[in-house]
Amino acid sequence: MADTKAKTHPDRVVLYLALVMLAIGAFFSLTTTVFLSFANLFNLLESYAVTGIFSMGLLVVLVTGGIDISFLATASVVQYLTVLVCRQVGIDDVLFLGLTVAIVIGACIGMGIGSLIYYLDIVSIIVTISMQSVLFGLLMHASGGRSIYNLPAWMFRYGGTHSFKIGDTAYVMGVGPLVLLAMAILTWFILNHTTLGRQLYAFGGNPEAARRLGVNLGRLHLFAYGYLGAMAAVGGITQVFRMEEVVPSSLVGRELDVLAAAVLGGASLMGGRGGVLGTILGVFLIGVLKNGLNLYGVSSYFSDVVIGLVIILAVIATHYGKRKETEVGFV
Amino acid sequence: MSNRSNFWVQLPAIGLPALLAASLAIFGLLLPGRFWSVGAFESMAFQMPELGLLTLAMFLPFVSAGFNLAIIVTANITGIFMAWLWVNMVPSDAGTGLQIFWVALGLLGAMLIACLIGVLIGSLVAYVGVHPILTTLGFMTLIKGVGIFITRGAPVSGMPPVVQFLGTGSFLGVPMPMVVFILTALAMLVLMNRTSFGKYVYMSGSNINATYFSGIGTHRVIIGIYVISSLICVLAGLVMNARFNSARMGYGDSYLLLTVLAIIMGGADPLGGFGKVGGLVLALFVLQIISTGLNLFGVSQHVSLAMWGAVLIFVLAAKFFNRRYYLPWAQRRAAGPDSCSV
Repeated sequence: MADTKAKTHPDRVVLYLALVMLAIGAFFSLTTTVFLSFANLFNLLESYAVTGIFSMGLLVVLVTGGIDISFLATASVVQYLTVLVCRQVGIDDVLFLGLTVAIVIGACIGMGIGSLIYYLDIVSIIVTISMQSVLFGLLMHASGGRSIYNLPAWMFRYGGTHSFKIGDTAYVMGVGPLVLLAMAILTWFILNHTTLGRQLYAFGGNPEAARRLGVNLGRLHLFAYGYLGAMAAVGGITQVFRMEEVVPSSLVGRELDVLAAAVLGGASLMGGRGGVLGTILGVFLIGVLKNGLNLYGVSSYFSDVVIGLVIILAVIATHYGKRKETEVGFV
Repeated sequence: MSNRSNFWVQLPAIGLPALLAASLAIFGLLLPGRFWSVGAFESMAFQMPELGLLTLAMFLPFVSAGFNLAIIVTANITGIFMAWLWVNMVPSDAGTGLQIFWVALGLLGAMLIACLIGVLIGSLVAYVGVHPILTTLGFMTLIKGVGIFITRGAPVSGMPPVVQFLGTGSFLGVPMPMVVFILTALAMLVLMNRTSFGKYVYMSGSNINATYFSGIGTHRVIIGIYVISSLICVLAGLVMNARFNSARMGYGDSYLLLTVLAIIMGGADPLGGFGKVGGLVLALFVLQIISTGLNLFGVSQHVSLAMWGAVLIFVLAAKFFNRRYYLPWAQRRAAGPDSCSV
């Protein structure tokens, strides 16, 4: 019994992930010349920062035992509406106001989804499949699928790339990694150092037990999906910072990549498990793999094959032997 | 007294047929002459089977409280295999007999591929206990990757005439794709209602632990579910090949939401254990009628996508109110005033 406990401990998953990542990193460093260079690593960090921000929000929902595949549609809607609202109200150069608008829109959409799940007592995957279609369909209809280049000034001022020097060489990087760091610390703090965080894990572990302990499940639903909505907003705006344009169809369709990363990091679809560090490692493990294979000259057509295999192997590794002896259901 | 009161308890059961009749009547009135035409109904009968077969493929996992995200890619990859075989192997002047031989061989190969996919997915779900959403997510990524890698995303086109007949021809006035769908639905009906396997699927969906400790080999049942699900995907792939005269990764990508919508409208419980093939088929007809009607109105695909999502939420909300408020009220009414105090 003690042995199984040690195996399921979240720190173990993080340790294994870190080891796998080191091994893969070492392999690519030794076999390609470009992998272990600041330029490539910064590029990697920058490319996967937005995915990382989304995964922080998704992690909170996964911890409660829910699932959401509508968050990228939310992010796209937030991008579009934020630009419209900023134009209408005249917020042109105030970062704080612009971000507030984005986060409020995102959180409202998220809380709407959360209340549908809680008050109508519907399985989260089905609500979010529907909401993804509703949000994305309306967005494409409203925007006509056209990109917006005429953005408020604050999106350009704080976005784009910033150059800095290490030694004599200059490198460029956007704000994405910094935003990811901030969001990771925030999520980590909420999950591990607040009552709310404990309640989220308790809810995911056993909803009925949590309810009888006096945990307000309705409030937790609102918080978890609202938080994911807010993270979708932050991720969406960070993406706009990076690309300096709003493309309505650029994000939707990659939800399952984010889900795969969170699951690699030890989160379970049955709730109650997963942590910030593991999730971040999961995101960058996929990143390192894709980047390394690309440098290795493997056709980009082939990378989905590798990612699929990695997901399957990872879920086998994280689920094998986890089931109680008296149960035959899913873990 | 009791007959009249029971009427209210039974009322929700006629919801779907009523919706079918209502949509037929409303579109008939709003689109005079255009909706009630041979052309419109023929195109519906040609379009529905792809979605219908994919929905049947989703149905078994759904009833067992699982999910199969890989149905569309399985249909794609088996379709590509068959198309590749036929394009490369069937001589252009082959007679009908030779063509049927190759079509049968292609189907056999595709079914082997589907069996392999189904056994792998089912084993992971049954023996390791990986959640079906995760398992099928992994296989969806893998299969899509393999399919895109071998085709480079390009379509494989040029089906033999026998297969093209399957997409455009009719048998006794019924379009061939519809014939394939009806036969599959009948087979599914028999499987779910007349075999012990069907009972085991319902039981596994309700409570898999209880089923296991009743002495039923649930592991085999789960593997069977995903194998059959993948085999139905082969038929969906065949119909898509026949209708488009080509195969490509990405055909039918947008059907996932609609399969879930049809199953839930048909009366299945998202938590598993309940759901009837008859309800599913009826729901598919309703969906196809609404879809064709909207199409004739010239509603854009994005608006219809948003609408399908809204409809799914509406159906679930209606079911919730039915379960929580309406049924208790109707049952109290049926029980009569005497039982109120009990």
